[in-house]
Amino acid sequence: MSENGAGDTKDRWAAGVTPYAEMGYWNADYEPKDTDVLCAFRITPQEGVDAIEAAAAVAGESSTATWTVVWTDRLTPHEHYQAKAYSVEEVQGSEPKQYIAKIAYDIDLFEEGSVANLTSSIIGNVFGFKALKALRLEDMRIPPQYLKTFQGPPHGIIMEREYLDKFGRPLLGATTKPKLGLSAKNYGRVVYEALRGGLDFTKDDENINSQPFMRWRDRYIHAMEAVNRASAVTGEVKGHYLNVTAASMEEMYERAEFAKELGSIIIMQDLTVGYVAMQSMSKWARANGMILHLHRAGHGTYTRQKTHGVSFRVIAKWCRMIGVDHIHAGTVVGKLEGDPGMIRGYYDVCRERFNKANPETGLYFDQDWASLARVMPVASGGIHAGQMHQLLHYLGEDTVLQFGGGTIGHPMGIAAGATANRVAVEAMIKARNEGADYYADGPDILHEAAKGVPELGSALEVWKDITFDFESTDTADVTATPTTTS
Amino acid sequence: MRITQGQFSFLDELTDEEIEAQISYALSNDWAIMVEYTDDPHPRNNLWEMWKAPAFDLEPDEAGEAMKDVVACREAYPNHYVKVVAYDASLGRQTSAMSFIVNRPAEEPGFRLERQEKRDRQMHYTIQAYSAQDAMGRRYGNEGDLASTRDPAAVQDATPGRDSPLGANGSAAEAEPASDEGVGDS
Repeated sequence: MSENGAGDTKDRWAAGVTPYAEMGYWNADYEPKDTDVLCAFRITPQEGVDAIEAAAAVAGESSTATWTVVWTDRLTPHEHYQAKAYSVEEVQGSEPKQYIAKIAYDIDLFEEGSVANLTSSIIGNVFGFKALKALRLEDMRIPPQYLKTFQGPPHGIIMEREYLDKFGRPLLGATTKPKLGLSAKNYGRVVYEALRGGLDFTKDDENINSQPFMRWRDRYIHAMEAVNRASAVTGEVKGHYLNVTAASMEEMYERAEFAKELGSIIIMQDLTVGYVAMQSMSKWARANGMILHLHRAGHGTYTRQKTHGVSFRVIAKWCRMIGVDHIHAGTVVGKLEGDPGMIRGYYDVCRERFNKANPETGLYFDQDWASLARVMPVASGGIHAGQMHQLLHYLGEDTVLQFGGGTIGHPMGIAAGATANRVAVEAMIKARNEGADYYADGPDILHEAAKGVPELGSALEVWKDITFDFESTDTADVTATPTTTS
Repeated sequence: MRITQGQFSFLDELTDEEIEAQISYALSNDWAIMVEYTDDPHPRNNLWEMWKAPAFDLEPDEAGEAMKDVVACREAYPNHYVKVVAYDASLGRQTSAMSFIVNRPAEEPGFRLERQEKRDRQMHYTIQAYSAQDAMGRRYGNEGDLASTRDPAAVQDATPGRDSPLGANGSAAEAEPASDEGVGDS
């Protein structure tokens, strides 16, 4: 094989099966263009399969190749359309051996503004490829030229905050519990209590759509009564994420239109509706001034395992391109999967203008977001007021902290649970701004704030021992080396 | 009721020292400071009156200067809502970074929720501040002077001792102009 993988021209076109690496899908000398889409794959080849051939196979199967040589390639400038694997590095200490393969795709391979097309190419075929034990899409670099063909978030963090007129602290939310079974009036009760107690948002859960115990229209009407009453008794803009997830796009539009008629400021959809439905709803949301929340229902089936599937940081990138205003992105300290470095990477993908490549956060490439609006990450799942210092430390200020059980399970009631969360976040922000070492002194700050606020005192007491300290499944290959100064 | 807009409405009222500490934090981030007031606290009123133009050029150790504006605005409008806003002009932000209430009327009557029943069980909601029944400047027990479109701090500078930018009979046009340009009608 020559340096760039292409063998003698005659051999290249001989009928039969030629190794992908020899067909031009491996090119160690290739220098990616600024306009290329770049991918980092974690490859676990089958026994006896050469890593470079495996990488070339991934490049081939995710671009122009099929299993055998076809002369019809010669009707095209095929090299232009071939993806090129240009780097393969062994992951130190992996067993069975894993490799990080970087592959470049010309921008012409993708339809403008279509995540459906992008994903059909990149993850369409290759994940079932027999020569590989496992395959994971770790990261992508989307060039600004391609990004600019996407609308992105309908509003983004800045516009959302200006609509809400809320600045300088994380927003607070709660998912209505129990997830299933409440009648519309009872549902409205939970929404009202949580919002009047101090939360900014409440939320339908992912699996609340339109079931026999509560149809969507009845839920919307009762939730909006609760939202408006809460707004009147607090003087704040409040919202409830009305889930418009439904069996068809027509029904989703019908529900979204009704939410708008009732004056809702925010709706939500589940990741299970698919990229196309999400992108359609994103355009609708931009056109109708509606904040659009995304619940990442189902993602754990393909994001969690380190050797196979698609990393959530890639899903987050696609969602920023598709265009959502909120996305669940992990909590670090809650009940669901989340290594701090990995979560940091997801949050950076959502919120930064430019991501610098950083192995500790799982970001393999620099990513310029080309002024695409920022997505508000949402932290949800097993978090409570007593973790406020950790949540602020790990997740920062531009986030929605969603305390479902941590509001509704409060011993003094739902409104008291909401008040506990609000007092905790305000006290923590105030202390941080005053220069306190709020991460180290968090518990003291909270106990001080709880004086005269029994709602917070009670929350700190009842959940004081609740932590979810399990080892993460998905971690970085490298870890930060502690220095003597830190 | 207590209006809970802003960053710290669930905490005890901030002391002047605490307000200054928050301003220092804002200045250390290179944010501009604005003092704003209103007697129309509707949740969607995001254009409170500006006490002065934003203070863009204060150094981190000059929170005291911004504090003077807070105090002056509060003295001129003791029975209004007053808030401190920090503004972040950096690329990609270009919006407020902080916002917290530093003064509120002695009594806060709150809001009426008005419902208009529509077809098919739909409801149209509107929120009205009880205080907004009265004209601007005559709410929350404030007497006499109607609000003007004049920059209040400028009027105060022009007529020291006057605690509001308004003419004695409530007409803005009667107020002594701060400059030859006058007030204008538009």
